[in-house]
Amino acid sequence: MSSPYQIVVGLEVHVQLLTQSKLFCGCSTKFGASPNSQVCPVCLGMPGVLPVMNRKAFDLSLRAALALNLNIASFTKWDRKNYYYPDLPKNFQISQYDLPFSYEGFLEINAASDPKKEYKPKRIGIIRAHLEEDAGKNMHDESGKGGDSKVDLNRTGTPLLEIVSKPELSSPEEAKAYLDEIRLMLREIGVSDCEMQEGSLRCDANVNIHIQHEGELAATPLVEVKNLNSFGSVAKSIAYEAERQYAEFQKDPKNYRIGNFSKTTAGWNDAKGVTVVQRHKEEAADYRYFPEPDLVPVVVSKEEIEAARAAMGELPSQQRKRLQESPFSLSAYDAGVLSAKGRRMVSYYEEVAKEIGDGKQVMNRLSDLVMGTLNERKEEIDQFPITAPKFTDFMKATAKVNQQDRRDVFKHMLENQSDAATAMTALGIKSAADFDEGALRQAVKDAIAANPAALEDFKKGKTAAANRIKGHVMKTQKGAPNDVVQKLLDEELLKA
Amino acid sequence: MSLIEKTAGELIELQSSGDATAEAIADSFLASIRVQDPKVQAFLHVDEAAVREQARAVDVKRKTGQKLGALAGVPVAIKDVLCTKGVPTTCSSKMLQNFVPPYDAHVIEKLKAADAVLIGKTNMDEFAMGSSTENSAYFTTRNPWDLERIPGGSSGGSAAAVAACFAPVSLGTDTGGSIRQPASLCGIVGMKPTYGRVSRYGLIAFASSLDQVGPFTHDMYDQALMMEVIAGHDGRDSTSVDRSVPAYTKSLDIPIKPLTIGVAKEYFGGGLDSEVEASIRTALKEYEKLGATVKEVSLPHSKYAIAVYYLVATAEASSNLARYDGMHYGHRAKGKLDLISMYSRTRAEGFGQEVQRRIMLGTYALSSGYKDAYYLKALKVRRLIKNDFDQAFSECDVILGPTAPTAAFKIGEKSSDPLAMYLSDIFTISCNLAGIAGISIPCGFTKTGLPIGLQIQAPPFEEEKMLRVAKMFENATDWHTKRAKVG
Ligand SMILES: [Zn+2]
Repeated sequence: MSSPYQIVVGLEVHVQLLTQSKLFCGCSTKFGASPNSQVCPVCLGMPGVLPVMNRKAFDLSLRAALALNLNIASFTKWDRKNYYYPDLPKNFQISQYDLPFSYEGFLEINAASDPKKEYKPKRIGIIRAHLEEDAGKNMHDESGKGGDSKVDLNRTGTPLLEIVSKPELSSPEEAKAYLDEIRLMLREIGVSDCEMQEGSLRCDANVNIHIQHEGELAATPLVEVKNLNSFGSVAKSIAYEAERQYAEFQKDPKNYRIGNFSKTTAGWNDAKGVTVVQRHKEEAADYRYFPEPDLVPVVVSKEEIEAARAAMGELPSQQRKRLQESPFSLSAYDAGVLSAKGRRMVSYYEEVAKEIGDGKQVMNRLSDLVMGTLNERKEEIDQFPITAPKFTDFMKATAKVNQQDRRDVFKHMLENQSDAATAMTALGIKSAADFDEGALRQAVKDAIAANPAALEDFKKGKTAAANRIKGHVMKTQKGAPNDVVQKLLDEELLKA
Repeated sequence: MSLIEKTAGELIELQSSGDATAEAIADSFLASIRVQDPKVQAFLHVDEAAVREQARAVDVKRKTGQKLGALAGVPVAIKDVLCTKGVPTTCSSKMLQNFVPPYDAHVIEKLKAADAVLIGKTNMDEFAMGSSTENSAYFTTRNPWDLERIPGGSSGGSAAAVAACFAPVSLGTDTGGSIRQPASLCGIVGMKPTYGRVSRYGLIAFASSLDQVGPFTHDMYDQALMMEVIAGHDGRDSTSVDRSVPAYTKSLDIPIKPLTIGVAKEYFGGGLDSEVEASIRTALKEYEKLGATVKEVSLPHSKYAIAVYYLVATAEASSNLARYDGMHYGHRAKGKLDLISMYSRTRAEGFGQEVQRRIMLGTYALSSGYKDAYYLKALKVRRLIKNDFDQAFSECDVILGPTAPTAAFKIGEKSSDPLAMYLSDIFTISCNLAGIAGISIPCGFTKTGLPIGLQIQAPPFEEEKMLRVAKMFENATDWHTKRAKVG
């Protein structure tokens, strides 16, 4: 089935950098402080004060740009973007206009139609990333009684990295995958915590659709969707806009040509699930950009680029590639799942996998036992009581134990902060090494003898009847290795 | 000679020799202000008690044998564009009528550290926009040599304060001639240092890429002294340059030999008053007598300087002054207004005519559809003007010429004709556009007794050479000893 149109999406992502202090003054950037407690004459835009660039912020954005495979400009400057707004005390924002510090890169995302099942890499082009200062927050009286609006300037001047993608995302799912990957990567390399709830990651989506109509390619006018407050709403708003634009197109298909229309800005209403037009291009602000005369251009040396690259560490994309190679040999999908859990989970995995040898099996156990538990307990892997060495012991001890018993042992370890051996003793589960094959074979024989009805059924061709006999064996032989019991049972049933 | 007619250098000596105390000096100047300033109107703000307190603190330091700064006990008047902690700083605008900065400008910190006595804040054209001080929202400062005439601007109050002996020295700011032109019109010395030589931190911006702080003094020694105190790198101003500050006072009396003086033919065209021209020609002859070679140089793009200036400076101003919107501090229009009305009424009420005119001009120059033709083209021509100076300085040490085309004009004479007013900065503006150093020194009087100024311009960071060249002239003449008799 093919859609009657092709969705074309570009994302503009803003992330706050993890610096201690603001971009042009020494104020703290900590989130959640009482209003207007983290301000100074510089970020308040008081008369006569001047900005001074925070080199740390610049270094962090260099790191992010390198991770996004962007070229670094050897010379970059600052510009003023002029507009009036109460949360912007100078009434201009220091940003970068025509000479951003980085340009032309890409990000690899998982573009599989069902990213929960497979991994299909796709490169999304990045046009540029530039550094700018954040604005404050306007807080309006929402009681409806017409109370005063207030302004909190704590956020004013926080370093903000704007990452502009090419319009190369072809579905709501790809847009979400792009955001997932950006967030994972920027967290991993320590650039931003990317918390959409706290506003440290914000996203606007530029959406339109291309339609093959009577042998010609038509395009709907671009809509920039704002007020997106979660990755889910990004995806939903794109799907909504595409449908809305297609319905609009169908009313008068002759009128649509590529590049023929101006851009509209719309806001996403999450409660109603609709976009609401905010302004048309004719009403768009003229920002009167010009070079910021209070700052000097920034020259970036090769050494600084190399230092930023060194600080970057392994990127998720590099990690995924490595995990698919020996000794781990994970599938692309598993590598994606593991990498998405972050660097600390990957190193936990690596520590266990190197001991156990079977990377695939370790990954199965991790996803079966550890990952789910972490989610339930809302814990991070480095606080997890079952450390990598403990988990390695656990895997060795329960190698031949059936799934249910293995889960019980894991649960016991977790609840009692114990190790695998203690848990198994407590639960009466023998480890693989404790069973000898002769005794087990005898137990299988006894079970067959004790269940003549099941044997009868089995012989009539009801193979499932064998499970009743096996259940009988396991009752007396707790912890017996499942595969060994199965093998012995198969052999004895043939003889019986 | 009374205390108030003395230079800073002389006042420092009188204190070290025990012939005067800082308090006595402060009292003399305060008395002079009390009697004469109602006529001159140089000051917006003088806190006599605070002045005496500062002076007494210097005397105590001296008595107790503590180390004293380079300007100990010297009263300094401050242009009201420089932020002074806890002291009103209005920029002569209604917009900042009640603004009291919680911080000192870098130069103010430097003056305080040098034990100077800050005597008061001086009047100016609103937000430093003007050439006569008539654009002050409060009152027009008078020229101490003729109270019917303007003192020049925009630092008119600071120039008049020194010329009227209300303070031996003062600070002004120069964006297109705002120190040199009033110095010329008031018969004193005024310097615009190289862009980046003095920190702009705490200087309320008019045009950030052009603004620079500089001193007004009676003579060259005081210039050297003031520059030793205020010049130097400041981490809070990214455009301030990290270069060591020469000991200007030490080398001041060493003449420059050989000395090649460049004279730009473009500075002697139409519009230059014949009496001013005659004084400049006489000064050039004086230099020749002192052994200098006078050589004609060319600054072919200087004819575009005013046009370029009124695009670049207004563009930056339109953005710099955007913050005065009534939202966070300063004047705010009364009444319950929606956001846009609050902004526009606040700005209509708070800004004077000339400031509004320049904001509109600058906004226009940066607007989409006009930016290429105006602002960006102006930047290109600015580069050509700078290249002219580089070329000229490859052939000479300094460039000499008139500071202003005429002596002080009458109050009201040009206030209704902005273009005529803009032309009074025709010789000073390109110095700011090129970012070089310039100084105006007294070189004569008109027949009616109005001072005339000689401008010396030097390559970037060659203030030391510029001061020494100026000192050669000062040593050979006595113009710097003349004091105005406030009528
Ligand atoms: Zn701050």
